[in-house]
Amino acid sequence: MSASVGVVIPKRLRFESPLALSSGASIDTYELVYETYGELNAARSNAVLVCHALNASHHVAGIAQGDPNDVGWWDNMVGPGKPLDTTRFFVVGVNNLGSCFGSTGPMSVNPATGKAYGPDFPVVTVEDWVHAQARLADALGIERFAAVMGGSLGGMQALAWSMLYPTRLAHCIAIATAPKLSAQNIAFNEVARRAIVTDPDFHEGRFYEHGTVPARGLQVARMIGHITYLSDDVMAEKFGRTLRRHAHDTALRSDYQFTFDVEFEIESYLRYQGEKFSRYFDANTYLLITRALDYFDPARDHGGNLAAALAPAQCDFLLASFSTDWRFAPDRTREIVAALLANRLRVSYAEIDAPHGHDAFLLDDRRYHALLKAYFDRIAAGIDAKVPA
Amino acid sequence: MSGQTVSTLRPDLAEIASWIEPGARVLDLGCGDGSLIDFLQRSKDCSGYGVEIADERVIACARRGVDVIQRNIEAGLDMFAGSRFDVVVLSMAIQATQHTERVLREMSQVGVECIVSFPNFGHWSHAVALLRGRMPVSQEMPYRWYDTPNLHLSTLRDFEALLDALGLVVTRSRFMAHGRAVSFMPGLRCTQAIYRFRSR
Repeated sequence: MSASVGVVIPKRLRFESPLALSSGASIDTYELVYETYGELNAARSNAVLVCHALNASHHVAGIAQGDPNDVGWWDNMVGPGKPLDTTRFFVVGVNNLGSCFGSTGPMSVNPATGKAYGPDFPVVTVEDWVHAQARLADALGIERFAAVMGGSLGGMQALAWSMLYPTRLAHCIAIATAPKLSAQNIAFNEVARRAIVTDPDFHEGRFYEHGTVPARGLQVARMIGHITYLSDDVMAEKFGRTLRRHAHDTALRSDYQFTFDVEFEIESYLRYQGEKFSRYFDANTYLLITRALDYFDPARDHGGNLAAALAPAQCDFLLASFSTDWRFAPDRTREIVAALLANRLRVSYAEIDAPHGHDAFLLDDRRYHALLKAYFDRIAAGIDAKVPA
Repeated sequence: MSGQTVSTLRPDLAEIASWIEPGARVLDLGCGDGSLIDFLQRSKDCSGYGVEIADERVIACARRGVDVIQRNIEAGLDMFAGSRFDVVVLSMAIQATQHTERVLREMSQVGVECIVSFPNFGHWSHAVALLRGRMPVSQEMPYRWYDTPNLHLSTLRDFEALLDALGLVVTRSRFMAHGRAVSFMPGLRCTQAIYRFRSR
């Protein structure tokens, strides 16, 4: 039976040595917020790092103290008896630099000015995050992860680990990800960013000082993001052309209002998602994280040759994609698989026929979870084989 | 994880395994539950991948610790184009391929050697079934005419002629009936044929 890891209290670590960033800038001191689940074994060989995507955080599993509704974003994957079983593995979730859930980011105080960084927070990349995560691993006494795992942007971090720290992970698990964004993907990100920066409440990123939040921009950014995470089919099934029922309606409405108010259920849903998002997500963080997505392209330094970029990798790989994911389509993962095969690395790849689009990586499709469970069994067997009798 | 031994391996797979050099890098197309690669990894220090389309078989491979790539082999082997294999295997599946010529050609491009096994449509019992006015149904081809996945059934000579036309040379063959070798009149008496071939 699977269960929750229960109430989790996040921890915080301060790093005092400067972190050099891809941009050439550096951060002198910073804090990382993280959560851990399960126990690190005596050999320190059972640690799994879970990397988060755009709008998630260190809160991967369990429930937050004081808020039973605040369930970790990958709680169906991580916990006792779940695919990433916390009775066997020591799982680390970390909030990335530049995020808005506790680690140092645009909302943090810039020691140089005594005010919030805002737009002055340096642009960070996937590689920068990985270097910061490696320092956290050092501090936790983890020389080598049994696996580094992530979906979407988190999958990019897992891939980057295999290239930047090839000896520090045994397995890389990258789900619903891509070796780089397509022009179409960058275009969606740009629409989202323009929505934010053209919001009059944005104040060039210094909206904290003005006591405002570019909520309208964030809402539109979230709406467009949300559309791209779902498949056409799932939207049709979930909402179709159903008209929005208003408070005074006693039955399903069938007449148009001939206004520009919310008319269809899909509009209502997107507005709700947008409003919810704009209440908890930082606009500067949204800019930073979408930029990190845009910039990820490990083959760039190798004349576009992904196999050459992955040449340093040594670990085993599991990749998975979802048939209806058009934001990070199966073709993109196949490019990674081909590059790993060319490097004669061990790789498994599953293409899961799920209707939910990109969001499928967060859902608990039976085949998807059975595959992950089987793969984690293999990882656990590899750890057990190395434990001296 | 259950260990695959030669005695539990399907007879044609056991034969194929005996043809593969220790340490070889193997690609098994339509690998099913991964039992061939599993056996080769454990017993012959081979490395390799299975390729499989069906979800449940992909999961079965993962449970065995066999690396598997979920892919329809008919969609092409271009994913494997950048990495050469010592041996590419296609066991008891060629008859269900749609683009049979292309599959054979691509196999020979990805692998130094290729091994293919298939049910022999020329078996005498099939002629008897046809003489009785019925389509043959056998252990190797357990389907009825209306529910068979088989598209391209062949006799031994048919298969050899296609290899020749594709510029592929047979380097070894073996003919079997119910798990045993058949050497006398294999074209009529074998139920399964196994061929190894390479580019000319």
